Amino acid sequence: MAIATEPRAEAPARKETIEKVSIIISQGSLLGAYPGLIMANGARAEGIEANLFFTFFGLDVVTKKRYEHLKVATVGNPSLHLPTMVGGLPGISAALTRYMTHKMGQIDVPTIPDFLELISDTGCGLYACKMSVDMFGLTMEDFIPQVQEIITVGEFYEKAAGGQIIFT
Amino acid sequence: MSIAVGGYQKTVAGVTVDVNDEGFFLAPEQWTEAMVPELARDEGIAELTDRHWQVIRFMRKEFFEKGTGPTVRVLGVASGVPVKELYQLFPKGPAKVAARIAGIPKPRGCI
Repeated sequence: MAIATEPRAEAPARKETIEKVSIIISQGSLLGAYPGLIMANGARAEGIEANLFFTFFGLDVVTKKRYEHLKVATVGNPSLHLPTMVGGLPGISAALTRYMTHKMGQIDVPTIPDFLELISDTGCGLYACKMSVDMFGLTMEDFIPQVQEIITVGEFYEKAAGGQIIFT
Repeated sequence: MSIAVGGYQKTVAGVTVDVNDEGFFLAPEQWTEAMVPELARDEGIAELTDRHWQVIRFMRKEFFEKGTGPTVRVLGVASGVPVKELYQLFPKGPAKVAARIAGIPKPRGCI
């Protein structure tokens, strides 16, 4: 098939690009974790330097004991179209977590552990927030091996310097 | 087959080809293996190894089988080259850079 519009003879002017992103994950629910992970993985796919910073309940996403068991939050989420009191019943969160995990598996979204390994292998840095680590009484031992360092907010800004910051 | 919007023409290995503004081939059938060294050099890859070739050939195979090139995740699972190595071979983004060198459109996929 032919080319629809006549190609120009010369190369275009360079478009603006993003060189670096630092993404903060502050939530520990399944659907609180995924967006930041997808953004980080997508950044690396584009050749953009990326860092992930886990803070507050977002630490669950990289905590050995928790990261395989993240759950869909079923209370206080109007988009689920589920009455809040139903969302609070025993087993509802577990059932919806199974359902969402299945749906995401169908479109080839990796599980949280697989995704973290993939993202780390792409060269994205993973960091835990010092204040949250102190507050929850955690140490490096509690985190998956992909976490490189526990850093302060100041150190986060140093790492983020010159790039874009995304809070999720 | 290709449907092009815009783009420009450039000469690779003595042959004129149509590419879009991001440098992806508009017509994958215009590509030949002889163009690979020059396309790779344009991407900052001075020395092509067998592992580069393995990825480049896999990109084309997937594109012609599935209609879109593979994402990094698919490359890591199915190309035989693990993700860490993919980034050593193509530091600026394996799927994207290898697609440009392999003469196929940019792979579409969020994961």
